[in-house]
Amino acid sequence: MEIKTEDYHISYDTETTTINYTGILRLSGMDEYAPIVQLFNQVLEQEPPLVTFNLRQLQFLNSSGINVLSKFVIKIRQKKNIKMVIKGSKKILWQGKSLKNLQRLMPNLQLDLE
Amino acid sequence: MTQFFGDFKEEQIDCEEYLALGFSPGSMPLKHRWRNNGLSADFMGDYLTTFFPSNSKDNKLNEIDKQIEIKGAVSYIANELLENAMKFNDEASNYPITIRLILHSDHIIFHLINSMPFQNVSKFQAYIRELSSCSDPQDLYVKQLERNAQEEDGMTSSLGLLTMINDYMAKLGWKIEIIEQEPKLVIVNTMVKISV
Repeated sequence: MEIKTEDYHISYDTETTTINYTGILRLSGMDEYAPIVQLFNQVLEQEPPLVTFNLRQLQFLNSSGINVLSKFVIKIRQKKNIKMVIKGSKKILWQGKSLKNLQRLMPNLQLDLE
Repeated sequence: MTQFFGDFKEEQIDCEEYLALGFSPGSMPLKHRWRNNGLSADFMGDYLTTFFPSNSKDNKLNEIDKQIEIKGAVSYIANELLENAMKFNDEASNYPITIRLILHSDHIIFHLINSMPFQNVSKFQAYIRELSSCSDPQDLYVKQLERNAQEEDGMTSSLGLLTMINDYMAKLGWKIEIIEQEPKLVIVNTMVKISV
Protein backbone atom coordinates (compact mmCIF):
# COMPACT_ATOMS: atom_id res chain seq x y z
CA MET A 1 0.00 0.00 0.00
CA GLU A 2 1.53 3.23 -1.16
CA ILE A 3 0.63 6.72 -2.40
CA LYS A 4 3.32 8.72 -4.13
CA THR A 5 3.01 12.23 -5.57
CA GLU A 6 5.34 15.14 -6.29
CA ASP A 7 4.74 16.58 -2.79
CA TYR A 8 4.36 13.57 -0.50
CA HIS A 9 4.87 9.83 -0.12
CA ILE A 10 2.82 7.57 2.14
CA SER A 11 3.58 3.88 2.51
CA TYR A 12 2.55 1.05 4.79
CA ASP A 13 5.16 -1.34 6.12
CA THR A 14 3.32 -4.59 6.90
CA GLU A 15 6.16 -6.01 9.00
CA THR A 16 6.29 -3.15 11.47
CA THR A 17 2.63 -2.16 10.88
CA THR A 18 3.87 1.39 10.37
CA ILE A 19 2.43 4.05 8.07
CA ASN A 20 5.31 6.29 6.98
CA TYR A 21 4.61 9.85 5.85
CA THR A 22 7.16 12.05 4.09
CA GLY A 23 6.96 15.43 2.35
CA ILE A 24 4.30 18.12 2.50
CA LEU A 25 0.56 17.50 2.90
CA ARG A 26 -1.52 20.58 2.18
CA LEU A 27 -4.42 19.17 0.20
CA SER A 28 -7.52 21.24 -0.40
CA GLY A 29 -10.09 19.29 1.57
CA MET A 30 -11.62 15.94 2.41
CA ASP A 31 -12.04 15.00 -1.28
CA GLU A 32 -8.32 15.18 -1.89
CA TYR A 33 -7.53 13.35 1.34
CA ALA A 34 -9.83 10.45 0.35
CA PRO A 35 -7.07 8.13 -1.04
CA ILE A 36 -5.12 8.55 2.23
CA VAL A 37 -8.26 7.75 4.25
CA GLN A 38 -8.75 4.69 2.06
CA LEU A 39 -5.19 3.47 2.71
CA PHE A 40 -5.73 3.93 6.45
CA ASN A 41 -9.04 2.02 6.32
CA GLN A 42 -7.30 -0.86 4.55
CA VAL A 43 -4.73 -1.01 7.34
CA LEU A 44 -7.50 -0.96 9.92
CA GLU A 45 -9.35 -3.83 8.21
CA GLN A 46 -6.32 -6.05 8.88
CA GLU A 47 -6.77 -5.33 12.61
CA PRO A 48 -3.08 -5.22 13.55
CA PRO A 49 -2.57 -5.09 17.34
CA LEU A 50 -0.47 -1.94 16.90
CA VAL A 51 -0.51 0.85 14.33
CA THR A 52 2.44 3.26 14.19
CA PHE A 53 2.30 6.57 12.37
CA ASN A 54 5.79 7.76 11.52
CA LEU A 55 5.51 11.49 10.80
CA ARG A 56 9.17 12.39 11.34
CA GLN A 57 9.68 13.29 7.68
CA LEU A 58 6.36 15.09 7.24
CA GLN A 59 7.43 18.72 6.98
CA PHE A 60 3.97 20.28 6.77
CA LEU A 61 0.40 19.28 7.44
CA ASN A 62 -2.46 21.75 7.04
CA SER A 63 -5.51 21.88 9.29
CA SER A 64 -7.52 19.66 6.90
CA GLY A 65 -4.75 17.09 7.32
CA ILE A 66 -4.77 17.49 11.10
CA ASN A 67 -8.50 16.81 10.92
CA VAL A 68 -7.89 13.61 8.93
CA LEU A 69 -5.23 12.48 11.41
CA SER A 70 -7.62 13.15 14.31
CA LYS A 71 -10.29 11.05 12.64
CA PHE A 72 -7.82 8.16 12.38
CA VAL A 73 -7.05 8.46 16.10
CA ILE A 74 -10.75 8.42 16.97
CA LYS A 75 -11.33 5.36 14.75
CA ILE A 76 -8.50 3.48 16.47
CA ARG A 77 -9.83 4.56 19.88
CA GLN A 78 -13.21 3.08 18.95
CA LYS A 79 -11.58 -0.24 18.00
CA LYS A 80 -10.31 -0.72 21.57
CA ASN A 81 -8.10 -3.70 20.58
CA ILE A 82 -5.59 -1.65 18.55
CA LYS A 83 -2.76 0.31 20.16
CA MET A 84 -1.40 3.43 18.53
CA VAL A 85 2.03 5.04 18.43
CA ILE A 86 2.80 8.36 16.77
CA LYS A 87 6.43 9.14 16.03
CA GLY A 88 7.14 12.82 15.55
CA SER A 89 9.94 15.32 15.57
CA LYS A 90 10.35 18.39 17.77
CA LYS A 91 12.45 19.92 15.01
CA ILE A 92 9.35 20.25 12.83
CA LEU A 93 7.32 23.05 14.38
CA TRP A 94 3.77 21.92 13.60
CA GLN A 95 4.49 18.55 15.20
CA GLY A 96 5.70 20.08 18.48
CA LYS A 97 2.69 22.41 18.47
CA SER A 98 -0.19 20.20 17.37
CA LEU A 99 0.51 16.49 17.93
CA LYS A 100 -0.02 16.66 21.69
CA ASN A 101 -3.71 17.42 21.06
CA LEU A 102 -4.17 13.89 19.75
CA GLN A 103 -3.46 12.51 23.21
CA ARG A 104 -6.48 14.44 24.46
CA LEU A 105 -8.56 12.37 22.05
CA MET A 106 -6.93 9.09 23.02
CA PRO A 107 -5.08 9.25 26.37
CA ASN A 108 -3.32 5.89 25.91
CA LEU A 109 -1.88 6.96 22.55
CA GLN A 110 1.90 6.82 22.74
CA LEU A 111 3.51 9.96 21.40
CA ASP A 112 7.26 9.74 20.72
CA LEU A 113 8.65 13.18 19.95
CA GLU A 114 12.39 13.15 19.37
CA MET B 1 -21.65 49.15 7.72
CA THR B 2 -18.55 47.98 9.64
CA GLN B 3 -18.39 45.46 12.49
CA PHE B 4 -15.45 44.43 14.65
CA PHE B 5 -14.89 41.13 16.46
CA GLY B 6 -12.17 39.82 18.77
CA ASP B 7 -8.87 41.71 19.13
CA PHE B 8 -8.98 43.58 15.85
CA LYS B 9 -6.64 46.53 15.50
CA GLU B 10 -6.02 48.49 12.32
CA GLU B 11 -2.28 48.75 11.71
CA GLN B 12 -0.44 51.78 10.45
CA ILE B 13 1.96 50.23 7.98
CA ASP B 14 3.81 53.32 6.83
CA CYS B 15 6.53 53.09 9.47
CA GLU B 16 6.90 49.32 9.86
CA GLU B 17 8.62 46.59 7.87
CA TYR B 18 5.93 44.75 5.94
CA LEU B 19 5.35 42.30 3.14
CA ALA B 20 2.15 42.02 1.11
CA LEU B 21 1.01 39.58 -1.58
CA GLY B 22 -2.10 39.98 -3.69
CA PHE B 23 -4.12 37.47 -5.71
CA SER B 24 -6.86 37.99 -8.24
CA PRO B 25 -9.31 35.16 -7.52
CA GLY B 26 -10.92 35.17 -10.95
CA SER B 27 -7.73 34.80 -12.94
CA MET B 28 -7.23 31.06 -12.46
CA PRO B 29 -9.41 28.20 -11.13
CA LEU B 30 -9.01 27.42 -7.43
CA LYS B 31 -7.64 23.93 -8.02
CA HIS B 32 -4.84 25.21 -10.22
CA ARG B 33 -3.74 27.84 -7.76
CA TRP B 34 -4.04 25.77 -4.55
CA ARG B 35 -0.35 24.91 -4.52
CA ASN B 36 0.48 28.62 -4.58
CA ASN B 37 -0.91 28.98 -1.04
CA GLY B 38 1.88 26.82 0.34
CA LEU B 39 4.53 28.40 -1.87
CA SER B 40 3.47 31.91 -0.81
CA ALA B 41 3.28 30.92 2.87
CA ASP B 42 6.74 29.30 2.80
CA PHE B 43 8.17 32.35 1.05
CA MET B 44 6.73 34.61 3.76
CA GLY B 45 8.20 32.38 6.48
CA ASP B 46 11.62 32.35 4.81
CA TYR B 47 11.55 36.08 4.16
CA LEU B 48 10.90 36.99 7.79
CA THR B 49 13.80 34.94 9.15
CA THR B 50 16.11 37.56 7.58
CA PHE B 51 15.04 39.90 10.36
CA PHE B 52 16.16 37.54 13.11
CA PRO B 53 19.88 37.19 12.32
CA SER B 54 22.41 35.50 14.54
CA ASN B 55 24.71 38.19 15.92
CA SER B 56 27.24 36.18 17.85
CA LYS B 57 28.45 32.61 18.19
CA ASP B 58 27.00 32.30 21.71
CA ASN B 59 23.57 33.23 20.54
CA LYS B 60 23.73 31.27 17.34
CA LEU B 61 21.82 28.21 18.58
CA ASN B 62 19.07 30.30 20.13
CA GLU B 63 18.81 32.36 16.99
CA ILE B 64 18.53 29.26 14.82
CA ASP B 65 15.80 27.90 17.08
CA LYS B 66 14.00 31.21 16.85
CA GLN B 67 14.32 31.26 13.07
CA ILE B 68 12.87 27.74 12.85
CA GLU B 69 10.04 28.76 15.16
CA ILE B 70 9.19 31.92 13.22
CA LYS B 71 9.48 30.26 9.82
CA GLY B 72 7.26 27.35 10.89
CA ALA B 73 4.63 29.53 12.56
CA VAL B 74 4.45 32.05 9.70
CA SER B 75 4.26 29.26 7.09
CA TYR B 76 1.48 27.48 8.96
CA ILE B 77 -0.62 30.57 9.69
CA ALA B 78 -0.17 32.23 6.29
CA ASN B 79 -1.06 28.96 4.53
CA GLU B 80 -4.22 28.48 6.63
CA LEU B 81 -5.30 32.09 6.02
CA LEU B 82 -4.75 31.79 2.27
CA GLU B 83 -6.55 28.44 2.12
CA ASN B 84 -9.53 29.99 3.93
CA ALA B 85 -9.56 32.98 1.59
CA MET B 86 -9.45 30.76 -1.52
CA LYS B 87 -12.25 28.55 -0.17
CA PHE B 88 -14.60 31.17 1.18
CA ASN B 89 -14.16 34.27 -1.00
CA ASP B 90 -17.09 35.57 -3.04
CA GLU B 91 -16.54 34.12 -6.50
CA ALA B 92 -19.07 36.51 -8.01
CA SER B 93 -16.87 39.48 -7.13
CA ASN B 94 -13.44 40.15 -8.55
CA TYR B 95 -12.23 41.64 -5.29
CA PRO B 96 -8.56 40.70 -4.76
CA ILE B 97 -7.29 38.54 -1.91
CA THR B 98 -4.47 40.24 -0.02
CA ILE B 99 -2.21 38.90 2.71
CA ARG B 100 0.02 41.30 4.61
CA LEU B 101 2.63 40.63 7.26
CA ILE B 102 3.79 43.45 9.51
CA LEU B 103 6.88 42.96 11.58
CA HIS B 104 7.26 44.53 15.02
CA SER B 105 10.10 44.05 17.48
CA ASP B 106 8.18 41.56 19.64
CA HIS B 107 5.26 40.43 17.49
CA ILE B 108 4.08 39.75 13.95
CA ILE B 109 0.69 40.81 12.60
CA PHE B 110 -1.04 39.10 9.67
CA HIS B 111 -3.90 40.71 7.79
CA LEU B 112 -5.85 38.62 5.33
CA ILE B 113 -8.40 40.57 3.30
CA ASN B 114 -10.97 38.85 1.11
CA SER B 115 -14.56 39.13 -0.05
CA MET B 116 -17.32 36.87 1.29
CA PRO B 117 -20.76 36.01 -0.15
CA PHE B 118 -23.38 38.02 1.79
CA GLN B 119 -25.45 34.89 2.54
CA ASN B 120 -22.48 33.34 4.42
CA VAL B 121 -21.88 36.31 6.72
CA SER B 122 -24.24 35.47 9.60
CA LYS B 123 -22.88 31.88 9.87
CA PHE B 124 -19.32 33.23 9.83
CA GLN B 125 -20.17 35.83 12.50
CA ALA B 126 -21.61 33.11 14.75
CA TYR B 127 -18.41 31.08 14.35
CA ILE B 128 -16.01 33.96 15.11
CA ARG B 129 -18.18 35.03 18.07
CA GLU B 130 -17.75 31.50 19.45
CA LEU B 131 -13.97 31.72 18.89
CA SER B 132 -13.67 35.22 20.41
CA SER B 133 -15.67 34.44 23.54
CA CYS B 134 -14.07 31.06 24.18
CA SER B 135 -12.26 30.88 27.52
CA ASP B 136 -10.92 27.34 27.01
CA PRO B 137 -9.66 26.94 23.42
CA GLN B 138 -8.23 23.48 24.18
CA ASP B 139 -11.68 22.25 25.13
CA LEU B 140 -13.27 23.83 22.04
CA TYR B 141 -10.55 22.28 19.86
CA VAL B 142 -11.13 18.76 21.17
CA LYS B 143 -14.92 19.19 20.85
CA GLN B 144 -14.47 20.34 17.25
CA LEU B 145 -12.34 17.25 16.46
CA GLU B 146 -14.98 14.97 17.98
CA ARG B 147 -17.71 16.82 16.05
CA ASN B 148 -15.79 16.45 12.80
CA ALA B 149 -15.31 12.72 13.42
CA GLN B 150 -19.12 12.31 13.64
CA GLU B 151 -19.52 13.94 10.22
CA GLU B 152 -18.05 11.37 7.88
CA ASP B 153 -18.56 13.57 4.81
CA GLY B 154 -17.92 16.98 6.39
CA MET B 155 -16.23 19.12 3.76
CA THR B 156 -14.65 21.70 6.06
CA SER B 157 -12.85 21.08 9.35
CA SER B 158 -13.24 24.52 11.01
CA LEU B 159 -9.83 23.87 12.54
CA GLY B 160 -7.56 26.45 10.85
CA LEU B 161 -8.32 29.44 13.08
CA LEU B 162 -8.70 27.23 16.13
CA THR B 163 -5.21 25.69 15.69
CA MET B 164 -3.74 29.22 15.49
CA ILE B 165 -5.36 30.14 18.83
CA ASN B 166 -4.78 26.84 20.58
CA ASP B 167 -1.39 25.72 19.25
CA TYR B 168 0.31 28.99 18.26
CA MET B 169 -1.13 31.20 21.04
CA ALA B 170 -2.35 33.66 18.39
CA LYS B 171 -4.75 36.54 19.07
CA LEU B 172 -7.37 36.96 16.39
CA GLY B 173 -9.65 39.79 15.33
CA TRP B 174 -11.95 40.57 12.43
CA LYS B 175 -13.36 43.57 10.60
CA ILE B 176 -16.39 42.91 8.42
CA GLU B 177 -17.44 45.66 6.06
CA ILE B 178 -20.22 45.95 3.51
CA ILE B 179 -18.60 48.26 0.99
CA GLU B 180 -21.22 48.09 -1.79
CA GLN B 181 -24.97 47.61 -1.53
CA GLU B 182 -26.23 46.55 -4.98
CA PRO B 183 -25.06 43.89 -5.36
CA LYS B 184 -23.76 43.46 -1.83
CA LEU B 185 -19.98 43.30 -1.53
CA VAL B 186 -18.72 42.11 1.86
CA ILE B 187 -15.03 42.39 2.77
CA VAL B 188 -13.53 40.47 5.69
CA ASN B 189 -10.23 41.56 7.22
CA THR B 190 -8.87 38.80 9.48
CA MET B 191 -6.08 39.84 11.82
CA VAL B 192 -3.75 37.36 13.51
CA LYS B 193 -1.14 38.40 16.04
CA ILE B 194 1.66 36.16 17.31
CA SER B 195 4.46 37.00 19.73
CA VAL B 196 8.05 36.43 18.65
